[in-house]
Amino acid sequence: MAVRFVSSNIISSLGFSTEENFQNLLHGKVGIQTIDDPLLYPTPFLAACIHQAELEERWNETNQKVVIATRLEKMLILSITEALSKTKIDISSSRTAILLSTTKGNIDLLNPIESIDPERLLLWKLGEFIGHYFGNPNPVRVVTNACISGVLAINIAAMMLKGESFDHIIVVGGDLVTRFVVSGFMSFLSLSETPCKPFDRDRDGLSLGEAAGTLILEKTSFPEKGDILFAGGATANDANHISGPSRTAEGSVIAIQIALNESGIAAQNIDHINAHGTATRYTDDMESIAIQRLGLSGSPVNSYKGSWGHTLGAAGIIETAALIESMKADTILPTAGFHSPGTTENLIVTKETLFKSLNTCLKLASGFGGCNAALVLNKK
Amino acid sequence: MTPQITAFCHIKKNQVFLNGKRIFSAGPEVDMREFVKAAFRNTGTKYPKFFKMDDYSKLGFLAAEVLMKEVDESTIEAESTGIVLSNNHSTLTTDQLFQDSIQSDEAFFPSPSVFVYTLPNIMAGEIAIRHHLTGENAFFVSSAFDPDWLTFYINQLFESKKISACLSGWVEMDDQSLEAFVYYVEEGNDQRDVSMQHTVEELNNLYIINDK
Amino acid sequence: MEALIEKLKEQIIKQLNLEDITPADINEEDSLFGEGLGLDSIDALELIVLLEKEYGIRIENPKDGQKIFFSIKTMAEFIQEHQKK
Repeated sequence: MAVRFVSSNIISSLGFSTEENFQNLLHGKVGIQTIDDPLLYPTPFLAACIHQAELEERWNETNQKVVIATRLEKMLILSITEALSKTKIDISSSRTAILLSTTKGNIDLLNPIESIDPERLLLWKLGEFIGHYFGNPNPVRVVTNACISGVLAINIAAMMLKGESFDHIIVVGGDLVTRFVVSGFMSFLSLSETPCKPFDRDRDGLSLGEAAGTLILEKTSFPEKGDILFAGGATANDANHISGPSRTAEGSVIAIQIALNESGIAAQNIDHINAHGTATRYTDDMESIAIQRLGLSGSPVNSYKGSWGHTLGAAGIIETAALIESMKADTILPTAGFHSPGTTENLIVTKETLFKSLNTCLKLASGFGGCNAALVLNKK
Repeated sequence: MTPQITAFCHIKKNQVFLNGKRIFSAGPEVDMREFVKAAFRNTGTKYPKFFKMDDYSKLGFLAAEVLMKEVDESTIEAESTGIVLSNNHSTLTTDQLFQDSIQSDEAFFPSPSVFVYTLPNIMAGEIAIRHHLTGENAFFVSSAFDPDWLTFYINQLFESKKISACLSGWVEMDDQSLEAFVYYVEEGNDQRDVSMQHTVEELNNLYIINDK
Repeated sequence: MEALIEKLKEQIIKQLNLEDITPADINEEDSLFGEGLGLDSIDALELIVLLEKEYGIRIENPKDGQKIFFSIKTMAEFIQEHQKK
């Protein structure tokens, strides 16, 4: 029995579909721009935001039930709708479940919005709202584990499919650029004043982004040639500090090792790694150490955060979706923002598109609280 | 074999119960936050960092502190000991506190030490640091304590050999009250008490054992 | 200067949630980080906020923080030099 990825959607600063986003990433497009909005932050800052007018337009087209939804809910619902439209899956079936990944959900509701139930600040209520919109009978499981939420959600979805109850899991993730989040990261002095530069010698911080993403996973006894399969996944904690990574990459190493063990694939057979790559000094260094410690330094590495910014609860989903497209096209995407190497351990970071046969890839994520996640994907 | 629960701790209504027995309490008139601090001092553990944590992390940390005194440290395998927690409000009261620090343009002073705690998995991070647990982590949000989901998820982690032990449960707080129900579960073993199996029924039984 | 040092001790205890510590416990020349009070990186960021909130002083380059926040005394001296409020 195998678990394969059958559809996806990405809504971000670089477009409203996986295809549109992938094309933009291929061409090194950067969605990070200067945002000058005193409601979001007293001074201008950089972030990759979704085109508001287009979001509203698409929402009005889709929302035939004329439901009143928050900005994040519109993003999540549009994302699921588009991913579903490419399949014949019945989302109202009891054999289909929805899994939501988010760090702060409708956090903008801390300033109440008229005609929106303030209880939707609660993440489980947000999940319930999404489930009801689609008429799905199962409880929407909500995963909130800082920036590893998306990858963790994918691991959990695969696990749910290994049981008896479900044939399809719709994993959806999303987070917004809000005053709350911008102020928080600013107080940590972790935002760069230029579009972020993952793994670069001169990197000086991350750029925030907002996005929603959907991945649909399916259980199958007969995977077909070319299918991208879930091969293994794990999470682990550094047990070191709540806001900085382990200097020896303890948690990341453990997570990757367990994921590789589960997949039965050896480190030297990993064709490509899509890292967390936030462009902070410490986390990029930590990832380079993890990669070196596990003998993975020969695999080309990239990060999509120079294009999309760090999309928090959506990151694991949209980045895995892009990695899946990469694997289908045997094309490693360039790392926007990267120019010269500058991590503790050497990494092969892609500056340009690299054509390579991609049969097995690794996705990494790390987050506040010392958490780390790894996911292994395999092409049949 | 079904994993088995080694110990459980329930904190509610200004009382701390360990394995069903009350071990600490404060009068109902005591502020719940003061109760948590007092309960922590009562454990005898010296850990100044505790007082820098937000309310959610303090509660989770306290429950874990009480619980882990029941676990033989020499039996812990760090890399295969997970922390899987859940609640209803995520970190909402802390979120509100952070929001207060950024609400007005005139008095705009976002606090990094508050912001870092606006993620519920931070309590797992604090517990991991204290007890050196480096295994699987997950935090779920649901409307109520959900033994169905937790037993499914955690037993699957045991089955796939990703964990050999797990600290799990519910750590919840809103403006009115707080509650923590955490337990330590280990691989099934013929020697252990069969009545503490990690099943939905058993978890429910333990959860309500101190209900009055 | 003495009054400022005392006030600073109280503000730091409050802002950094240093429970069980009184101003009398803090020696103004002790290092705040490392051996002395054992503050960490998040505390350092909070001290930057404290300077702005209580004294209207913005630290342009956070790397200067190491010198400024070495001890209560160095903090007090910095405040006296730059105070706007």
